[in-house]
Amino acid sequence: MDNLLSIVTFIPAIAAGILALFLRGEDAAAQTNAKWVALIATTLTFLVSLFILVGFDPANTGFQFVEEREWLLGLKYKMGVDGISVLFVMLTTFMMPLTIAASWGVTTRVKDYMIAFLLLETLMLGVFMALDLVLFYLFFEAGLIPMFLIIGIWGGKARIYAAFKFFLYTFLGSVLMLVAMVAMFAEAGTTDIPTLMRHEFASESFSVLGIHVIGGMQTLMFLAFFASFAVKMPMWPVHTWLPDAHVQAPTAGSVVLAAILLKMGGYGFLRFSLPMFPVGAEVLTPLILWMSAIAIVYTSLVALAQEDMKKLIAYSSVAHMGYVTMGIFAANQQGLDGAIFQMVSHGFVSGALFLCVGVIYDRMHTREIDAYGGLVNRMPAYALIFMFFTMANIGLPGTSGFIGEFLTLVGVFQVNTWVAAVATTGVILSAAYALWLYRRVVMGDLIKESLKTITDMSRRERAIFAPLVVMTLLLGVYPRLVTDITGPSVEALISNVELAQSVARAATALAQAAH
Amino acid sequence: MQADLNVILPEILLSVFAMAALLGAVYTGRDRLAPMLVWATAALMVLLAITIGMGGSGARTAFGGMINDDGFARFAKVTILLSAAAVLVLGQDYMARRGILRFEYPVLVALAVVGMMVMVSAGDLMALYMGLELQSLALYVVAAMRRDSVKSTEAGLKYFVLGALSSGLLLFGASLVYGFAGTTLFSGIIAAADGQAPLGLLIGLVLVISGLAFKISAVPFHMWTPDVYEGAPTPITAFFATAPKVAALGLFARVVHDAFGGVVADWQQVLAALSLLSMFLGAIAAIGQTDIKRLMAYSSIAHMGYALMGLAAGTAFGVQAMLVYVAIYVTMNLGTFAFILSMERDGQPVTDIRSLNLYSKAEPGRALAMLILMFSLAGVPPLLGFFGKLYVLRAAYEGGLAWLAVAGVIASVIGAFYYLRIVYYMYFGEEGATLETGRSVVQWAFLMGSAAVMVLGIVNMFGVEAMAQAAAATLVR
Repeated sequence: MDNLLSIVTFIPAIAAGILALFLRGEDAAAQTNAKWVALIATTLTFLVSLFILVGFDPANTGFQFVEEREWLLGLKYKMGVDGISVLFVMLTTFMMPLTIAASWGVTTRVKDYMIAFLLLETLMLGVFMALDLVLFYLFFEAGLIPMFLIIGIWGGKARIYAAFKFFLYTFLGSVLMLVAMVAMFAEAGTTDIPTLMRHEFASESFSVLGIHVIGGMQTLMFLAFFASFAVKMPMWPVHTWLPDAHVQAPTAGSVVLAAILLKMGGYGFLRFSLPMFPVGAEVLTPLILWMSAIAIVYTSLVALAQEDMKKLIAYSSVAHMGYVTMGIFAANQQGLDGAIFQMVSHGFVSGALFLCVGVIYDRMHTREIDAYGGLVNRMPAYALIFMFFTMANIGLPGTSGFIGEFLTLVGVFQVNTWVAAVATTGVILSAAYALWLYRRVVMGDLIKESLKTITDMSRRERAIFAPLVVMTLLLGVYPRLVTDITGPSVEALISNVELAQSVARAATALAQAAH
Repeated sequence: MQADLNVILPEILLSVFAMAALLGAVYTGRDRLAPMLVWATAALMVLLAITIGMGGSGARTAFGGMINDDGFARFAKVTILLSAAAVLVLGQDYMARRGILRFEYPVLVALAVVGMMVMVSAGDLMALYMGLELQSLALYVVAAMRRDSVKSTEAGLKYFVLGALSSGLLLFGASLVYGFAGTTLFSGIIAAADGQAPLGLLIGLVLVISGLAFKISAVPFHMWTPDVYEGAPTPITAFFATAPKVAALGLFARVVHDAFGGVVADWQQVLAALSLLSMFLGAIAAIGQTDIKRLMAYSSIAHMGYALMGLAAGTAFGVQAMLVYVAIYVTMNLGTFAFILSMERDGQPVTDIRSLNLYSKAEPGRALAMLILMFSLAGVPPLLGFFGKLYVLRAAYEGGLAWLAVAGVIASVIGAFYYLRIVYYMYFGEEGATLETGRSVVQWAFLMGSAAVMVLGIVNMFGVEAMAQAAAATLVR
């Protein structure tokens, strides 16, 4: 199968096309058909994507399953996966059927809804597989269109504001990256990602508008990419779009946003920022480490003050993404492994938490924490599941959340002890806000009149959570499932980065000696 | 002589046809012939486009270098002819139902197109002016086509007065150029301005550029655009937004490269400034608009800014980028105007974007096509509009205008807002009075076709890339 990756990528898009062209009407039968087509297509995508995992050779640090075709403007249609991206592909294909299943209760414009999600899956998979700069940008940006519509059409009360903010915020971040890509194209003469990873971009310092830029072009390009990925991630202080988008998006939209779309930022750092601009990265590492530490502490504190459940989890996402950026820019084996692990784990855990909110939102149509209390009395199964993912969110040993946080902290400790110390307080704070949320929603006596008739989770809902519980536990007790796949690629990445950084240092020393 | 006439055979054919149509219509029952004439003119234009497009390669000149027939001219002519034909066919139904389909309309459009064809093949300041004026005079009249409408008349008058002013500027510039170069031939001017141009020549150049900037409505010569777009009948607005823009940009490229190719650095900064201002003004001023025609006017100002960004690069790739950009721009605009033409309520045209409220519920197919076109106009990948932007950005960066590229993408984010607003009305708005859009199959076909091109074009751009490259190579040596 030479074009396995393309097949996986475009199965959802083809299903979307079939829905758009052949499904007519808005009656109940048509709605059910749309849901089934989407569920089958995403499940099929997952099953086919298992071939990627099975055929993947972790010892090979290069790109695998590569396919390449000529395209416009000297660009290439080139796809491939390596140890860093393959897990994100799997995460995406794994989460999408669950997302669709969680949307079974949607009643308005079901066909459009399913089409939007299917297209979104194609675009997200494309991001993780693209091996051409412009192809990557294409998938990266195109994802904004379905997400804009998902938030705008099926969102909550302030959906318009949230949709526009989401779109314009992320669009502004990305266009600067586009200019940097054009600059890379001009300098290296190619948009092929593997070639660019080996290319050494100029890093001689120069002055622009009177500002002395250490690391020269690399620093500028790094900043342009940073503008895009930091917004997507999102890092403090450009995270403000995320709580709005999360709160207003429908449940499934929040799940996709938290579980997959945020990972694009981290993936971008791993694929572009670090390997292509090692010198720029070195210059800015202290700044990014401190930004991450601030993000962890600050957003954890903000989360404590939230009254909306989704907003609380959104801020907790920002805090957890802080561990990721910290791990990535620690730029050592533990840090990077931990960052990837944390992203995969956060995909399961935060996705599950948003689904938990969705379960009670579907029943009560409110996300106010104050509207709940004592749910354990009528929803024991729900209380158990919610408890489990709350613990995973805190990072309790035995769940996947612990491994990611621990590894990134170990990684950053070797680079900057103070940042590690500050970030560790985030672990305590996360316990504070997550447990407090749990106590207010689930524990206590059931005194609210409106909750007296609430029903426990249906069989469908339990079936959605089951795979997530399994994965969270499995990764928590046997993390090598992830690190065995990422390890060799991460090792190769680090050795390349360190080599490039030492070469640049030697060149700078030489230049200074010559003066 | 025979050879010279051969070169301009398409122009001659079209002019003769226009004259014959004029005579025939005047002698017979006047406006009864108009629908037939519209189709005949469109058919002739498509035919000419095919012959020009399929016709020989290589460059020919006529009348001692006054008229060029090279790859660049052919590319521009095909684009002009096809877009003009498309607009004629698109607007026919709209004009007929409102009783403004007069026989003069196809005749004037045909004559304007002749002017445009001369413009893009001009090799001399005289030919340049002749083409430009032929085009402009025809356009002034069609802008005021709706004689009983104050707005339409105002649009025509405004366009005429400001157009005359710009023609004056251009003529003044041309006379300065002639005075300092001693010739009106582009081939003579480029010899006089090789590497170092005398000051008078530069002043002449700037004045000529000002005149041309007026025609493509680049800021600060854009004042007429929103009023004329709003006042003119919609089919004519659609025409203004497409073919004349291609022609004026083609002429622009000819003048700066054919006549002043030796002093790129001198005009580069002027073009970069025009481009910068157009992009930002187009993006910002459109935010407050609620009339979709005015909105499209500002949108076209912004798009001309991007096209100029390609030209400002001063390289062959820059011209290629401009041509690709313009081809994509025209396709997007045809689809968008096909939709605007179809917007009506109780038989009356509607141009308020708020009337699109929840349009996607009533007409999911058309709404989806508009959604695609809007995102494409905003330059969001994966649609073709994004590739147009990518081309010009790359051209600008490689031409040493990195700052312009950065400014361009920032303007595109601002501009995205108002395109998104249309999507917002169509998809997230509240239900209001219904909008009828379903009358014309032709409009539907153009809307859907244009949207399909925006999606499918990303595979290989239907070969336009290679054609534009060949065309640009003949212009920039």
